[in-house]
Amino acid sequence: MILIWVALAVAIGVPVALAATSEQLAWRGPVYILAGFAGIVALGLVLVQPLLIGGYLAPLSAYRGRRAHHWIGGALVLAVAIHVAGLWITSPPDMIDALTYTSPTPFSPFGVTAMWAIFLVALLAFLRRRLELRPRTWRFIHTPLAIVIVVGSVVHCLLIEGTMETISKAALCAAVLAATVKVMVDLQVWRKRRTLRGESVARQ
Amino acid sequence: MTTVVLNRRNLLVAGGAVLTTGIVAAGVPGFMLPASADGLAPTETMSGGANNYRKGAAIVDRIGKGGFWMSGTVRRAGDGAPLAGQRIQIWAHTVEGQEHEPQSHGATLTDKDGKFRLEMPQIIPIFGQPHGHLAYDSGEFKTVFLRPVMRSAKETSLEAHFVLQPA
Repeated sequence: MILIWVALAVAIGVPVALAATSEQLAWRGPVYILAGFAGIVALGLVLVQPLLIGGYLAPLSAYRGRRAHHWIGGALVLAVAIHVAGLWITSPPDMIDALTYTSPTPFSPFGVTAMWAIFLVALLAFLRRRLELRPRTWRFIHTPLAIVIVVGSVVHCLLIEGTMETISKAALCAAVLAATVKVMVDLQVWRKRRTLRGESVARQ
Repeated sequence: MTTVVLNRRNLLVAGGAVLTTGIVAAGVPGFMLPASADGLAPTETMSGGANNYRKGAAIVDRIGKGGFWMSGTVRRAGDGAPLAGQRIQIWAHTVEGQEHEPQSHGATLTDKDGKFRLEMPQIIPIFGQPHGHLAYDSGEFKTVFLRPVMRSAKETSLEAHFVLQPA
C-alpha cells in the first residue's frame, strides 16, 4: 500500500528536483521558470489522475478517489493556465504561434491539443449534472479525451529541450502511459456497461 | 493567414522535403543545386522566424561578450551569385539576454563572397528548442526571416543561408 505512494512521490518528485538543478534556469526570468515548472507539475497531475480513478491509491476509497480526481482535474486546469500564461508573458509571438497551430516547434500542437482536451473535460465535468450526462455517456466522452490528454502531454514533453533531465522525464512519461493503459484495461472502458464502479444507477 | 491542409501524404512529403533541404543546406551550402531550370529558388521565410524581431539593429563587431558563431551566405535567386555588402540582422535567447531584449540583437554585412559571420553569446534553448533568428530586411530584395535550430544545445555555432529575390 505504501509502495504505490512512494513510487508516485519518486515519479513526480525526482523529475521536479532534477529540473530545479538545471543550468538553464540561470538564463531564465522568474515568470519563465514558473511557467516551466507549472508544465512539469501538470504532467505529474496527469499521472495522478488514472491512479485515482483506478483506485490504486489505497487507502482512498473509490468514492474519495473520484472526489480527489475532480479536484486534481481542477488543479490541472490551473497548472496548464499558469504554464500558458507564463510562456505568453515570456515571449508573446511564440505563444501566439503555438495557440494558432502555426508554431515551427513540433511539440507545440501536441501540447495545445492536450490543453483544449483538458479544458473541455473540465468544463463538461463541471456541467455534468446540469447536462444530466449518464455515466455511459460521460465515459464515452471522457475516455477519448483522456487518451488525447495523455498522448498529447507525453509527446509534447518528450520533444521539448528544456530544464527537465532526460531520463527522469522519460520515466515520468512512461509512468503516465502505463497508468493510463492499466486503468483502461482494468475498467474495460471500451465495453458498454450500464454501471460504473462505485456508482449506483437506477435500473431502467 | 494561410490555411494548411494536413493529411498523411503531404505531411510525409513535406517532412521529407524539410529533411532533404535541411541536410543539403547544412552539409554543402556552397553546392546547392538549382531546383529547376529557372535556377536557384529563393529562401522562404521560416515560420516563427520574425518572432521578437526589432527593426534596425546596429551593425556590430560582436554581440555582447561573444563565444558563439553565427555564419552563413547570401546569394541571389536564379544564378546563385554571391551578394556582397548585405546587412543581416541576428538575434537569439543567449546567456546574456532574452530574445526581445536589445542587447541580444545585432547586425553584420556580407563580404565579397556573400559570406557573413558574427560572434555572439552562447545560444540556449528557449521555448523548447535552441534556435537563432536572422533577418534580411534592407528592402533591395524581398524580406526573409530565418529560424535555424541547433542540433544540440551544446553546439557553439549555427549556420543559415539566404537566397534572395528582388523585392
